[in-house]
Amino acid sequence: MPEDKSLLRIKFAAAAIIFVAVGGIAFATGPVDPTAVKNEDGKYLDKEGNPTYKISADGIVDWYTYSGFRRYHSDCHVCHGPDGMGSTYAPALKDSLKTMSYGDFLNVVASGRKNVSTASENVMPAFGDHPNVACYMDDLYIYLRARANDALGRGRPAKREEKPEAYIAAENACMGKH
Amino acid sequence: MRKVLLATCLGSVAAFAAGGASANDELIKMSQNPKDWVMPTGDYANTRYSKLNQINASNVGKLQVAWTFSTGVLRGHEGGPLVIGNMMYVHTPFPNKVYALDLSQDHKIVWKYEPKQDPNVIPVMCCDTVNRGLAYGDGKIFLHQADTTLVALDAKTGKVEWTATNGDPSKGETGTSVPYVIKDKVLVGISGGEFGVHCHVTAYDLKSGKQVWRAYSQGPDDQLKFDPEKTMSLGKPVGKDSSLKTWQGDQWKTGGGCTWGWMSYDPQLDLVYYGSGNPSTWNPKQRPGDNKWSMTVFARDPDDGMARWVYQMTPHDEWDFDGVNEMILSDQSINGQPRKLLTHFDRNGLAYTMDRTNGELLVAEKYDPKVNWTTGVDMNKSSPTFGRPKVVDQYSTDKQGEDVNVKGICPAALGTKDQQPAAYSPDTQLFYVPTNHVCMDYEPFRVSYTAGQPYVGATLSMYPPPGESHMGNFIAWDGKTGKIVWSNKEQFSVWSGALATAGGVVFYGTLEGYLKAVDAKSGKELYRFKTPSGIIGNVTTYEQDGKQYVAVLSGVGGWAGIGLAAGLTDPTAGLGAVGGYAALSNYTALGGTLTVFALPQ
Ligand code: HEC
Repeated sequence: MPEDKSLLRIKFAAAAIIFVAVGGIAFATGPVDPTAVKNEDGKYLDKEGNPTYKISADGIVDWYTYSGFRRYHSDCHVCHGPDGMGSTYAPALKDSLKTMSYGDFLNVVASGRKNVSTASENVMPAFGDHPNVACYMDDLYIYLRARANDALGRGRPAKREEKPEAYIAAENACMGKH
Repeated sequence: MRKVLLATCLGSVAAFAAGGASANDELIKMSQNPKDWVMPTGDYANTRYSKLNQINASNVGKLQVAWTFSTGVLRGHEGGPLVIGNMMYVHTPFPNKVYALDLSQDHKIVWKYEPKQDPNVIPVMCCDTVNRGLAYGDGKIFLHQADTTLVALDAKTGKVEWTATNGDPSKGETGTSVPYVIKDKVLVGISGGEFGVHCHVTAYDLKSGKQVWRAYSQGPDDQLKFDPEKTMSLGKPVGKDSSLKTWQGDQWKTGGGCTWGWMSYDPQLDLVYYGSGNPSTWNPKQRPGDNKWSMTVFARDPDDGMARWVYQMTPHDEWDFDGVNEMILSDQSINGQPRKLLTHFDRNGLAYTMDRTNGELLVAEKYDPKVNWTTGVDMNKSSPTFGRPKVVDQYSTDKQGEDVNVKGICPAALGTKDQQPAAYSPDTQLFYVPTNHVCMDYEPFRVSYTAGQPYVGATLSMYPPPGESHMGNFIAWDGKTGKIVWSNKEQFSVWSGALATAGGVVFYGTLEGYLKAVDAKSGKELYRFKTPSGIIGNVTTYEQDGKQYVAVLSGVGGWAGIGLAAGLTDPTAGLGAVGGYAALSNYTALGGTLTVFALPQ
C-alpha cells in the first residue's frame, strides 16, 4: 500500500540521483534549493527557474502558496489527506515532493498513474483536461514544495500576499472566463 | 417508445407477481429467525437488533475469538457478512470479491466470485473503494459492484444468473451501496455526488434483472416519479415542478442528490424509505435555490416507484450534509399514542422522528450538543418556514460568500453521523448511535463542471470541537423525546455500525480496531478486543449449532481513512502546529479481516 510503495519509490529516486551525479549529467532530477531568487509578476522562481514559494519571516505567504493550499484541499486531499499528510490509500505528497522534480510532478498530475496488482489498487487520476486542477498546477506545486521543505506548517496559511494582477488575467484565460 | 416500455414493465410485473410475493414473504420470515442475518441491516426495519441472548451483559466479558478470516483486500471494509443457514457470505471493497463460507465445515470456501472491473473506476470513487454489502433473495446473492454492475449470483454455486448496468463510471457514477430485495424487485441507489451525477434509485426485476422503474432525486415530475397532487410534503401536496422550480436553469442535471445510503421497508404500509445526498457542487453560491429534492427523506411505493411523501431536511445545503443515513422503523408511543415511527440521524446533526405513514414531523433535535449551524427546526405548523432549519448567519457558507473561509462550523462535512448505521432495541426503546464529534472550516469557491471529473468547489479542514480532544461519541438516544440518555467518549469518530441484542448488550467497533460491548441501559463498557485493523464495518450476530457468534469486519479506510489517518490539526495551536491529536496511523494499519467471537466452551 502507499506507505510501503512510496518508500520504495523514494529509495529508487535517491538511487537515480546518485547515478546521475556519478554520470555527471547536469539535469535536476532531485530537489534543488527552493530559495526564491526571482519574482515574475507575483510568482517566485528558484535559481533553476522552477516555481517556488516565498514566505516572509512574519509568515506572509505568496499568493500561489495560498491558492495551492485551497486547490489542494478541494481536489487532492480526499485521497492524499489533509496538508499533504497522506491517507490510507494515497502517498503523503509532503514526502513525495522532497525528491520529485517539477517536471515529474506536472507529468503525474496531468497524465495520472496506475498501480494495480493483486496486492494494490492504486490509481492516481489524470487531471490534464480538468481546468479546476490544470489551471492551478503551479499553485499546487508551490504549496506542496513549501510543505515538503517544512517551510509551511499544517493548516491554512494565516497571512498572504494579494492576488497578483497578472494571475487574475491568466486564471480567467485558462478557466475560459472573460 | 414510451408505450412499448410501459407494456414490457406491466408484462414483467404480471408475470412475476406470484413468485415475487413469495420472495418477499420468504425474506420477512427469514429475517425473523434470529439464527440468521439475512439482510445487511438485520431486518427490513433497519433495527440491527437480534433476539439472541446467549451472550448477555453478565457473560460478555468472557468473549473470545472463535475464528478469523482474511479477505485478501487492503482497502476500507464497510458493511458486514450475511448468514443464511450454514452459509456465510463475505464481501470486500474493490475488486468486490464475494466469498461463500460453509460454517458447518470449518468455514471452508464453497465458492468465490471476483469480477473483472476497469480500474479507472477507482479514482472516481470519492472516498475510498468501499462496498457496504450484499443482499439475499430468491436463492440469489446480489452485489452492486464499484463499476455499477448489479450482479445476481446463485447462492449455492456463485454462478452469475444475470447482470444489469446501473450507471456509467466514466461520468463519475459508481456503486458502493447495498441492493435491497423488496417484493419481486431488487432496488439499488448510486454514488457520485462529488462528480455532479444526476442520481436515482432503480428497481430491477428479481428474476431477470430487467429495469422496471427509475426515480431521480432532481428533475421534472415524471423523472422524480411524483404525482403533484398526491405526493405529499409536510401535509401538503408538493405541486407541479416542485424540483425544477428550486434550481437555476439546467443545474438539476448535474445536481447530485445521490442515493448511496441504506433503505428500509414497511411491508404493511408497502413503502420503501431512503434519503438523498448533497446537491452538487459544494459551493452553494453556484446553485441558488432549495435544490430539491437533494437532502430528502423519500417514501416510495416499491411497485412503481411513485413517491408517497418527501421531506427535505437541509434545503440548499451549504456544508455537504448528505441525507442518506438509514431510516429506522419502530413502533412506539408518543404522548400515549401508539405511532408508526421513522427515526433518522442526519449528517446535519439533527435526529428526526417522523410518522412513517404520512411524513408528519414529530421531533427534530440535535444529537450532539456542539451542533451550531442551526438553532433548530421550525416546528410551528402554521409558520411559512415550518419544517426548515433556522440557519445561523455566521456559519452560512452561502451568506458569507465565495472565497470566504467560514470557521468553526459543527458538525464537519463528515456529519454528526455518516453512513455507519445505528441500532434500535425494542427492549430499552433506545437508539444506539455511532457518532463523529468533529467541526470544520469551509471555504466555497467557483468550479466548472466536466463529466467524470471531481466537481467539489470547497476547501475544508476538520478538527475536534474547540476545547475538546475526542473526535467521536457512542450515544444512546430516546427518539420519542429527542434526548441523549448516555454518551461515551471515543478518541476517534465511531465509523462502525452498531448491534443491539436481547442479551442487553450493544456492540460497535472503533477506528483503532476495538470491538466493544457496552451495557444497553448504562453504556458501561463490558468488553473490548483489538482486531487486526481499524473497524469501519458493521457488527453482526448469528447462531450456529446452538452457539451465538458475533462477527465484525475490520480494515480501516473509507472517508475516515482520509482525514483521520493523518491526524487532524489543532486550530488553536496556530500556523506550524504539528497537530495536538495523535494520528490514527499510530494505532492501526490496513488489512481486511473478519473476526468472529463466541463464549468459551
Ligand atoms: C482518487 C484519488 C486521488 C486523487 C483525487 C489525487 N490523487 Fe494523486 N495519487 C493517488 C494515488 C493512489 C497515487 C499513487 C499512485 C501509485 O502508487 O503509483 C497518487 C500519486 C500522486 C503523485 C506521485 C507521488 C509519488 O510519491 O510518486 C503526485 C505528485 C500526486 N498524486 C499529486 C496529486 C495532486 C496534485 C492531486 C490533486 C490535484 C492528486 N494527486 C489527486 C490518488 C489520488
